[in-house]
Amino acid sequence: MTLNSIPLSRLAGQATGIEASSVTPSPVAFDVRDLNIWFGSHQVLFDVALQVPARAVTAIIGPSGCGKSTLLRSLNRMHDLVPSARMEGRITLFGEDLYSKKIDPTLVRRRIGMVFQKSNPFPTMSIAENVTVGLRLNGLRKSDLLQERLETSLRMAALWDEVKDRLNAPAISLSGGQQQRLCIARALAVQPEVLLMDEPASALDPIATAHIEDLILDLKKEFTIVIVTHNMQQAARISEHTAFFYLGKLVEFDTTTKIFTTPAQKQTEDYVTGRFG
Amino acid sequence: MAMFVLALVVLVGWKLFQGSQLTLHKFGWRFLVQSDWDPVNENYGALPFIFGTFVSSIIGVLIALPLSVGTAIYLTELAPNWLRQPVMMLIEMLAAIPSVILGLWGIFVMVPWLRDWPFPFLKKTLGFTPFFQGPIYGVSILAAGIIIAIMILPIITSVSREILRSVPDSQREAAYALGATRWEVTRIAVLSYAKRGIFGATMLGLGRALGETMAVTMVIGNRPEIAKSLFAPGYTLASAIANEFSEATTEVYLSAIFELGLVLLLVTIVTNIVAQLLIGNFGVGKRVPAGH
Ligand SMILES: Nc1ncnc2c1ncn2[C@@H]1O[C@H](COP(=O)(O)OP(=O)(O)O)[C@@H](O)[C@H]1O
Ligand SMILES: [Mg+2]
Repeated sequence: MTLNSIPLSRLAGQATGIEASSVTPSPVAFDVRDLNIWFGSHQVLFDVALQVPARAVTAIIGPSGCGKSTLLRSLNRMHDLVPSARMEGRITLFGEDLYSKKIDPTLVRRRIGMVFQKSNPFPTMSIAENVTVGLRLNGLRKSDLLQERLETSLRMAALWDEVKDRLNAPAISLSGGQQQRLCIARALAVQPEVLLMDEPASALDPIATAHIEDLILDLKKEFTIVIVTHNMQQAARISEHTAFFYLGKLVEFDTTTKIFTTPAQKQTEDYVTGRFG
Repeated sequence: MAMFVLALVVLVGWKLFQGSQLTLHKFGWRFLVQSDWDPVNENYGALPFIFGTFVSSIIGVLIALPLSVGTAIYLTELAPNWLRQPVMMLIEMLAAIPSVILGLWGIFVMVPWLRDWPFPFLKKTLGFTPFFQGPIYGVSILAAGIIIAIMILPIITSVSREILRSVPDSQREAAYALGATRWEVTRIAVLSYAKRGIFGATMLGLGRALGETMAVTMVIGNRPEIAKSLFAPGYTLASAIANEFSEATTEVYLSAIFELGLVLLLVTIVTNIVAQLLIGNFGVGKRVPAGH
């Protein structure tokens, strides 16, 4: 498919970076507008605009260094912690401005769970303590409630059966895949509205990866999930919508089927067919 | 280099061991538990020195630890970037003050001040405990502990800071992503990860404290007594060696001094080994503490 064969109307839609009506029939969770991000004087994201639908999986793909993590981390204000980071634009979650002066960033992060590329359980804590730590931060002390949420979260993360007999064992005694699911359970325990995942399976073997993917398919019934992945098959398997980034720009955002079968942009097609990246 | 240091330590230890043969044979283990130090009657017990050394050092560590760790936390987690380096430099300058100068300041400034203000206050408020009773001279185990705290503050701070800096950012991010505040991040992600290393830094400080000589000698009162009260004068192993080796006119006396040295060497080596083992896990602090 060449650029010439694309209807002009589509191109016009793509030029603004969004095509909200065709892409998002369900309610919008994140609405990102005119997002620009710099680290020092180095601009990493350029005029990004996209609307992430609720209760669905949105995949972010693109070659490494194109700004996928940077975008993801702007959604839960993790850049606040990086002194050199500067941001322009507007991000709302269910209509609420996440960067409003009135809003407390810790509360934003409490509503938005995050799972990182490299699993990062707290090594001095037990399995149970890792899962409940967020709840205890919120001031929850009642042990039966903690116990209940511990079990629910571990079940949701498909880890309960493997660890139910050793909840007090150190978290680092688990395998890599289990540790990552523990981190997912930890994020789920505080009952977030959204789950952000930054290449959550990239460090795992195929079996553990399959576990995580099944889990994501399960979770999307209740959560809005935004997942960064460099694995195209994974994006195709688990997501409804896919955003393709290249050099800090959102090249195309559409349904996953569309992106992988009839992408509007040449760059997208080249990337998903493995011609570069 | 490591071999050379090891050889040196073994050699020094062996010399001390040889030098203390007389008292080792004469008193055996009694040397360690006997509290008379009586050169006139040739009766030597090291207990008051061991007591003074440990009590003053532990006071020093107890005072220095919260200050050092607090400073290290401030420097790695809270302070704005431009402030971090200057503050650390100030603290490291503290380490550059020669012990004897600090001792002079201790005698002429700190001790009189302690005698007039904080000590009477402590006596009034905590005098019901045995630790803050009796006459106040100024020179005392407590004064020595405070001087020691000042001297070990830089090392505990700088090693703790390196330990805290070695905590991976992924740990901090994990806590932030759960909606933790800065202080909560420090508590659940940073301190719990670093606690072994900080314990190691403390042991390193203790190792320093045990061997600290000059400034301590100048403010501790140099009396081989075991008193419950921290206001009472005391004596340390290091001070005793420094003060008395020139007066050791008999062979037994000299041997007793050597044995004090042997005890001090063993205690500091063990403390330092424990410290290095704890810190070594963090891949930082591979430094040999400077001697005195
Ligand atoms: N904390 C940071 N400080 C400076 N530059 C950063 C920081 N984080 C990311 N970058 C830069 O931003 C660009 C995009 O990075 P990232 O969003 O991590 O890419 P991706 O996740 O797509 O691989 C890269 O050039 C990277 O070097
Ligand atoms: Mg990335």
